[in-house]
Amino acid sequence: MAVTDAPKLITARFDQEDAHTLAGYESSGGYTALRKALGSAPDAVLAEVKAANIQGRGGAGFPAGTKWGFLPPDVSPRYLVVNGDESEPGTYKDRLLLERDPHQLIEGVLIASYAIAANQAFIYIRGEMPFAHERVAAALNEAYAAGYIGRDIMGSGWSLDVVLHWGAGAYIVGEETALIESLEGNRGMPRLKPPFFPAVKGLYMQPTIVNNVETLSNVPWIVNNGGAAFAALGTDESAGTRIFALSGHVRRPGVYEVEMGKTTFRDLIEAPVYGGGIRNGRGLKAFIPGGASAPWFYEEHLDLPLSKATVDKAGSMLGSGAVVVMDETTCPVRAALRVVRFFAHESCGKCTPCREGTNWLEKIMHRIEEGTGRADDLDLLLDVSDNLSPGIAWPPRQTTICPLGPSAVSPVASSIRRFRDDYVAHIDQGRCTHD
Amino acid sequence: MTDIAENGTEAVRGVAVTLNGRVIDAQPGELVINAAERAGVYIPRFCHHPRMQPVGMCRMCIVEIDTGRGPALLPSCMIPVAEGMVVETESPVTRKAQDGVLEFLLVNHPLDCPVCDKGGECPLQDQTVAFGPGESRFVEEKRHHEKPIAISDVVQLDRERCILCDRCTRFAKTVAGDPLISFVNRGNETEVNTFPDHPFASYFSGNTVQICPVGALTATPYRFKARPWDLDQVESTCTSCSVGCRVAVESSSNQLVRYLGVDVDAVNWGWLCDKGRFDFEAVNSENRLARPLARQGDDLVEVSWSDALTKAASALGGAKERHGSSSIAVVGGARLTNEEAYAWSKLARSVLGTDSVDAQMGDGLPSDVVLGLPRATIDETCAAGTVVLLGPDLKEELPILYLRLRDAVVNHGLNVIEISASQTSMTRYAAVSLRYRPGEAAVLVQELFEHAGDVDVQADLGRARALLEANNVVCVLGRPSVAERADSVVQAALRLRSRVPGMRFLSALRRANIHGALDMGLSPGMLPGRVSLEEGREVFTEAWGQLPGSVGLDTAGVLRAAAEGRIQALILVGADPLADFPDRDLARRGVAGAGFVLAVDCFATDSVRQADVVLPAVSYAEKAGTTTNIEGRVSRLHQKVTAPGTTRPDWMIACDLAERLGGDLGFETAEAIWDEIERLAPAHSGLTAQRLASSEGLEGIVAAGPSSILETTMDVTATATLPVDGYSLRLVSTRKLYDNGTLVQQSPSLAPLAPGEVVRANPADLDRLGVASNDRVRVASSRGAVVAPVEADAAVARGTVLLAFNQSGSGAADLIDVSLPVTEVRVETVGIGDREVSG
Amino acid sequence: MGRLNAGNVALAHEIIGRYPRTKSALIPLLHLAQEQDGWVSDEAMVHIAELLDLTPSEVLGTCSFYEMFKREPVGRYLVNVCTSIACMLGGGDELLEHCEKSLGLTPGATTADGLFTLNEVECIAACTEAPCLQVNYRYFHRITNEEVDALFADLRAGGRSGEIPPHGTLTRVRQQVDPQRWDGRGGEGLPEERS
Repeated sequence: MAVTDAPKLITARFDQEDAHTLAGYESSGGYTALRKALGSAPDAVLAEVKAANIQGRGGAGFPAGTKWGFLPPDVSPRYLVVNGDESEPGTYKDRLLLERDPHQLIEGVLIASYAIAANQAFIYIRGEMPFAHERVAAALNEAYAAGYIGRDIMGSGWSLDVVLHWGAGAYIVGEETALIESLEGNRGMPRLKPPFFPAVKGLYMQPTIVNNVETLSNVPWIVNNGGAAFAALGTDESAGTRIFALSGHVRRPGVYEVEMGKTTFRDLIEAPVYGGGIRNGRGLKAFIPGGASAPWFYEEHLDLPLSKATVDKAGSMLGSGAVVVMDETTCPVRAALRVVRFFAHESCGKCTPCREGTNWLEKIMHRIEEGTGRADDLDLLLDVSDNLSPGIAWPPRQTTICPLGPSAVSPVASSIRRFRDDYVAHIDQGRCTHD
Repeated sequence: MTDIAENGTEAVRGVAVTLNGRVIDAQPGELVINAAERAGVYIPRFCHHPRMQPVGMCRMCIVEIDTGRGPALLPSCMIPVAEGMVVETESPVTRKAQDGVLEFLLVNHPLDCPVCDKGGECPLQDQTVAFGPGESRFVEEKRHHEKPIAISDVVQLDRERCILCDRCTRFAKTVAGDPLISFVNRGNETEVNTFPDHPFASYFSGNTVQICPVGALTATPYRFKARPWDLDQVESTCTSCSVGCRVAVESSSNQLVRYLGVDVDAVNWGWLCDKGRFDFEAVNSENRLARPLARQGDDLVEVSWSDALTKAASALGGAKERHGSSSIAVVGGARLTNEEAYAWSKLARSVLGTDSVDAQMGDGLPSDVVLGLPRATIDETCAAGTVVLLGPDLKEELPILYLRLRDAVVNHGLNVIEISASQTSMTRYAAVSLRYRPGEAAVLVQELFEHAGDVDVQADLGRARALLEANNVVCVLGRPSVAERADSVVQAALRLRSRVPGMRFLSALRRANIHGALDMGLSPGMLPGRVSLEEGREVFTEAWGQLPGSVGLDTAGVLRAAAEGRIQALILVGADPLADFPDRDLARRGVAGAGFVLAVDCFATDSVRQADVVLPAVSYAEKAGTTTNIEGRVSRLHQKVTAPGTTRPDWMIACDLAERLGGDLGFETAEAIWDEIERLAPAHSGLTAQRLASSEGLEGIVAAGPSSILETTMDVTATATLPVDGYSLRLVSTRKLYDNGTLVQQSPSLAPLAPGEVVRANPADLDRLGVASNDRVRVASSRGAVVAPVEADAAVARGTVLLAFNQSGSGAADLIDVSLPVTEVRVETVGIGDREVSG
Repeated sequence: MGRLNAGNVALAHEIIGRYPRTKSALIPLLHLAQEQDGWVSDEAMVHIAELLDLTPSEVLGTCSFYEMFKREPVGRYLVNVCTSIACMLGGGDELLEHCEKSLGLTPGATTADGLFTLNEVECIAACTEAPCLQVNYRYFHRITNEEVDALFADLRAGGRSGEIPPHGTLTRVRQQVDPQRWDGRGGEGLPEERS
């Protein structure tokens, strides 16, 4: 079993008390990758990251090296924006990376900016994480003072400014075009892609790369050890390691860095070093494999490996590495309602189907859960879902600009398809049958 | 896609798109929604508006589009066509998605169509009736908001009806540049609103009502006045200012109830300013003059047309007989149609025998400059390499020209050089903004080219010089301030022209049909068609029978002569010199000194009340004809309602007077007048009534006239600075959109919007003078004094003081002496005891 | 109260200088106003509009989109209890119920003494640490009812000030920009924006 000897690429310093300080970071190999990168051409660094085949860790799973390659040549200024707006229910990893190893991220930002020839980067951190702000601010101040950031970095002639920017409470800002809007001082409402692919028309309509915290935190390791070494971990299709947040009804909820493709959901949930099995010896009802937006998985999916392709093929996604486990006592209506409530609350309001549809779904779900559901509510739920996400397909077909609206359909469709009897019982008995 | 055609020009080849199984020819870059519409397939939409950037957020226009990777539901308002694209607007998938969006839109939309102003012309209602769900599946409470709320003095917002399409908010921000309404809150709680106590006080707010796809925004002047099915409509041209916006004039029961902007490429793109949109109230006003009046002692009493005309003709005839034709003067005419202006021009020259005719009120520019300089259209100005602004604040005086130029700057990178005495609404859009000392515009232009001037403006002057080297420079030329004489501005313009080869001009004179009036010869020394009296003497003598022997007086000259007892008969044709002439003292003496005053007007203005005979004229939308805008563009006016009382059109009044004086203008109809204009006026040759009535004439046709009338003898080399008086400030007086004029004051919705009389000065000057902001101050010139509150305003240049022209109160006109190049004033705080002192 | 004080205006100008376009400083400046007053008043928004050459309406449009900005005064301590899916499974509902009892508040309300505001919130990114809450965005992981009571008692008694600054203060370590090291060319070549 690969579980016990999983390498630690980006959580290696999580137990190092002073890792967040410059001294602590440097003492454990910090900023050697930057020095190495600055010694080679930007294209060579880009090639190394492409060779690593690292998929973005924010949710969509797009290969980072390929993304960087989309920038049109010779257009400047261009920007790197770090997406640290971690908010997807179930997801808890970027905050830890920010709090415990901020220099690792900063080094990744520096190398990535160098590779894409940016001269300014922005680290956008979710507003509700002041401890992360403090750690990153302190790290930036140290790194500026030490000559790692700013004018003429380490004598290379290349300069980069890095600005720490806080959000202010809006899940949708985790969507990259909404993040850019927010960084421009606007309401965080997503832009339509095309034409507003950030790599072409991003921040201030300039070419922009938006990368997740975890993605960039991997870059120093990749540069130090080579893209090939990274690609050798995991599988051909899903390379490297990845942080998973395991929450819900397990004995040992926690944040675990595991090797992609080699580890299965069953490993993650049941292995003693990870989840240690369902709490109180109960059976599994369902689990969410990749954050609140992901369609639910069940018992029969436990032996799927943590690989993007496999999970995609099985009808869900690894998303933001958030596995939420529900035991057999969980009311599926209540659980699905809670997820729908989230999306209804977080809809930005721009697209009609999402603004109106998510709230309508929540209202119907609410009345079923509280015992005032109607006989035709299940059909209504599915039809409203269908209007939000035509065909209720996976990956979703959208009637909206961004995937938030269709995401609200995942829990509804998942729970109705699998636990229709529970819904019917709620409606027939006029109460929640799990209370 | 482009190809180089054989003749070497770039030819456009269409893009082949399969629309519902049929191959259509779309234009490169065209949005799917527009390409489909041109091909006869209307895709429903709410947020898309052809004059604004698409946002793709209502989702109503989503259709299945396949660009080779399989069909996907995409907003057709955001997707440009591509070769080989397959679009399905009626497929089951598209239909289901659109029905779904419609149902979502109705989830929180109230079913109050029967009491909604939009009912009957509402896209959401129409769409629902055509395709919508039979009954609502949404059984919960809908969103509730207080309804409606006034977001400005003229616009009400019902947030329950709002479908959050971003049209109004987008308009406010991206078109008007007045982002005073925004989306507030998020998600299902989103609403459109203003900031508390910061109303949507935009000159363009009424456009949001017109573009609202539901009944969320309604105009206070229209609310509950009529239902769409009771409305009659004609297309016409707005004459509230001289931009010439195309407008749909709507009435119900012979009352004007609404104007809507009509989208023409060349002029207004569908937009109107609020003054133009809502001043129909003045036409409906009960204060309109409805019957002729004649003086009996101190009073004006109603008389018959016959008595009034007899009285007027006898006074005019008597004056001519006893004192000669030069004792008669005609002032005004910018309110008239081209045909009416022509009739009055003909009456004055051929019957009264006077050349002392002037449609300008001393607040414009010499007519040879306006008519004689090479011209640019609005489109050409917006597409120019560089535009020089030397004139009034365009947002205040020509609002839609301001919108067009703002668009050119913001969206197309137009470079503007502003030359002004204080900041204006265009300052923030100017690439370079240069300040001149009032009365010394020409000095600044000299410095510009001679590398002179203060060190701190050298960089700006250098940038301006560089921009003037661009090809294709256009100058928007008007009167920046009525508190300085026009000379220096004219000299500045001519000097610019002499240094910038090929420079063209767009007039910024503001008053209604002033350009048509000047084109028709309502200016001393000018004849219809932009020819001088001498140039046209032969042709017009033959046509009209006789012409005055020499050039007459302009308005200032007429008033001066009248004050000296040399004008025996003064005819005011829609003119109110007591309010509009910059020098009220002279205006007052002139009107009082004229032996006899005949006023032809719609309202009893201050000047009309001084008249001996008053003839009531029909007003806007009560008569047909043509009007001419700042570009020289001639477009048609249509009648929509019948005029009150026994009012007559101005051309008919001219004919009536001619007849009483033993002459004959030879006109039975307004159309006949146009035919004569087309035949005789060189600039209007070929502009036949048929062409104007054809589709070509829908956005008007520019009368391309000769430009040989400009006297180029003016010395543009020598310029002197004016002596600086260390104790004085120089007055700048400009107009605000809402003023004390009749259009605004007789429109109850607009009258309260006039800002009133406020003195503005630079904070540093106020400090120096020991005056505090909000103090009441006495502003005194050699002519008189005004007492008003003062506000410190950094936008006002040091050494100057700003006082808007023609606001309620005594006003700048009491300070200005038109014989001086510039008005110097002293400002001091008024003590409590002095509060009532003024004048 | 209301407009930014002199120190914060200086800080605002420093923050504005870090961005290629000034409007980007809007959210940071709103945080600054909230740090000064504990909430964002209309006066503060008007002042920020002046500093950024925006209209107050534009400031409100952005401000009202983000939940952290409070446009009404809130308690000195903002207690945010997560009941999103992971916390629901881990006891978040019960934690909220206990907080309601302990503070005598329903979610959204503020205690009469102005000390506590209680909110039920969505995911705060501590999913493996359920049940959890934040007080002024300081995390309390896997918190028990007893620990909740002790925490509220400490706060009532004026304790824990080092750990939990008053509402509005997010971070006590600011990014400092050393002009010697700051490059400042991130906006070079950016087209001028006119609006």
